[in-house]
Amino acid sequence: MKGFLQIHDPLKPKGHVVGIDLGTTNSLVASVINGKPSCLPADEGDARLLPSVVHYAKSGGVVVGKRAVELLAAAPTDTIKSVKRFMGKSLGDLETKKLGAYQFVEGAGVVRFQVAGGQPVTPIEVSGEILRTLKRRAESAFAGKVEQAVITVPAYFDDAQRQATKDAGRLAGLEVLRLLNEPTAAALAYGLDKNAQGTFAVYDLGGGTFDISVLELVEGVFQVKSVGGDSALGGDDFDRTIVQKALDAFAIASPSPTQIAQLLQLARAAKERLTDVTETTLELDGQKLPVTRADFDGWIQPLLQKTGVAVRRAIKDAGLTAADIKGVVLVGGSTRVPAVRSYVESIFGKPPLADIDPDQVVALGAAIQADLLTNTERQDEVLLLDVIPLSLGLETMGGVVEKVIYRNSAIPTAQAQVFTTFQDGQTGMDIHVVQGERELVQDSRSLARFRLSGIPSMPAGMGRVQVTFAIDADGILSVKAKEQTTGIEQAITVKPTHGLSDEEVEQMLLDSIEHGEDDMQRRQLVEQQVDAARVLIDARKQLVENGDLLSADERKSFELGVEALETLSKTTDDHAAIKNAIHELDEQARPFVERIMNRAIAKAAVGHSIQTF
Amino acid sequence: MNEATSTFIAPNPSALPTGKPTGKGIGLDDSAVVRLKKLLAERNTPNAGLRIAVKGGGCSGLAYHMEWAEEARPRDKTFEREGVRVFIDPKSYLYLMGTELIFEETIMASGFKLRNPNEKSACGCGDSFSV
Repeated sequence: MKGFLQIHDPLKPKGHVVGIDLGTTNSLVASVINGKPSCLPADEGDARLLPSVVHYAKSGGVVVGKRAVELLAAAPTDTIKSVKRFMGKSLGDLETKKLGAYQFVEGAGVVRFQVAGGQPVTPIEVSGEILRTLKRRAESAFAGKVEQAVITVPAYFDDAQRQATKDAGRLAGLEVLRLLNEPTAAALAYGLDKNAQGTFAVYDLGGGTFDISVLELVEGVFQVKSVGGDSALGGDDFDRTIVQKALDAFAIASPSPTQIAQLLQLARAAKERLTDVTETTLELDGQKLPVTRADFDGWIQPLLQKTGVAVRRAIKDAGLTAADIKGVVLVGGSTRVPAVRSYVESIFGKPPLADIDPDQVVALGAAIQADLLTNTERQDEVLLLDVIPLSLGLETMGGVVEKVIYRNSAIPTAQAQVFTTFQDGQTGMDIHVVQGERELVQDSRSLARFRLSGIPSMPAGMGRVQVTFAIDADGILSVKAKEQTTGIEQAITVKPTHGLSDEEVEQMLLDSIEHGEDDMQRRQLVEQQVDAARVLIDARKQLVENGDLLSADERKSFELGVEALETLSKTTDDHAAIKNAIHELDEQARPFVERIMNRAIAKAAVGHSIQTF
Repeated sequence: MNEATSTFIAPNPSALPTGKPTGKGIGLDDSAVVRLKKLLAERNTPNAGLRIAVKGGGCSGLAYHMEWAEEARPRDKTFEREGVRVFIDPKSYLYLMGTELIFEETIMASGFKLRNPNEKSACGCGDSFSV
């Protein structure tokens, strides 16, 4: 019933939750059963891997998986593979058309494939078919409903690609509990989140893509520090290397497509055998090529070195060295190759984590996350994942809070504001990060404090410091302060919700509503007090430097005015009264200011010879 | 990234969401009370209540969730009208303050809706919104 809300009944049996690895080449579905994550049959014959291939038949039917792969050769434009590469892309994206020989439908926004059996389909719909198949297979494994899922995406996916993935889930009738970064899922599968902290790398070598991610564990949450890789490098390249060697050995100058297809199959089988044995033989039409593991290792060295370049760059981008990496996780079927494992070990100087099936590890991690999110004891933590519960800001003069990111802002988000110096010659600025809805620092929660020093000496208001608040998808806040003339900067990272119970969040919000009006009065008072302080500093400075411009009477009366403002600003709680007093002192100072200006001009003139005027 | 220049005051705070809840309490309209009573009776649990919650997710960021609840949980807020109880957990309440549950009947269809003054935008599916 569109538009109306359903009332659910918790007494009725609940659907199961699953984790889904929606891959470029293969997809998997996993679930935690009796506390243990395991992959469910996803394709015919109990296969755990469902090839991410969707065939649209002329009859209007849809075929997914291994049976769709078999139809690839016969109906290439009606059979979509590697649809993940099209997610969130438009035809306008230059590279999109190169991704496959499909019949694209020109027109608005998203990519559409013209396929047999009806309307053109979008990548979201194609991915939706894969997800629907996984959902159905999981449902038959459970003999029950599956309605909620965690789906993994590459760490580098942008907002459009993530949204497209969510939409595909919805289309398949799944409530997407969360999108989880693939490397984070792999780290979860190994239980690395149980460490106190540390930096980890995830080396993901699949059939056609290579990804390297550096993750940092901060207070139980993984942050992606850097990503890298090669979208056209994978195990298929290993196979092609073997095929090339075989063509040379068998002296086949111009192989037929059939021969290439046969050889690719043989090469793949030989590669897989060499994981367990050190020697094997490749045989085509009676010709034999013996291949040792050492031969194969040598052939793929150039490919491994390509991954090494990306790995080193990602480590450098994260501002780290290989020695800082506490553990390395292997993902992707191609990491079964012994040469890959020893190469990874040589880069990081430690053996990689490889106990979990590298094809399944991402799906298993997603299943663990799905289980955590739906576990009733932890359900409170699931709520409000995508917004920040309390505003974040910083302390300005007088203890007033300047909010930079408002509560309920969707995360990730970033906001910047420029703040100026308060006093002449001020060389430092204290950045005090606070949380809460109240107007004054004393009523807020203090999160972090740091000092930006080294601001060049300048008159008040001239020093400009840009403060940037950024919150990533995991709710981690980083605050950066940068002085704009010199570029000096300081930064700090905190997790705003750390150590904050639900009761406290709730209380802080209720307080802010209750004290809203009162707070605004107090804020205005403090602002006027700060203004008064600034005026007083300036007035006293001028009395010292240019006091001789005033007659004794004038001086006396001005000094009285200054005293009066000072006393008033310290005693009254009426912000309007202070504002008036500031205005009066300004009026009183006007003739004085004129004389000071005249003297300054005269001074400037004296400093130059007559001729220059 | 938005950038604003200011000394101490944000240039245009009114352009930013304040996220302050706009009302208090939870309301049930007459027809919602009648319908809830009927549904609870049909369920053979006339003393149970209705739980309304807000969850992350949904196409506009947040989504409503309603389910039957036999009892309130320890930190729930309970609202009652003519013996029909509504339970709301404290976090969800922050997003639901001032909301009214209504039962709408038209010639075509009938069902429950939430009229939430905190909502800034909603999407067509009806159970997803943002504040």
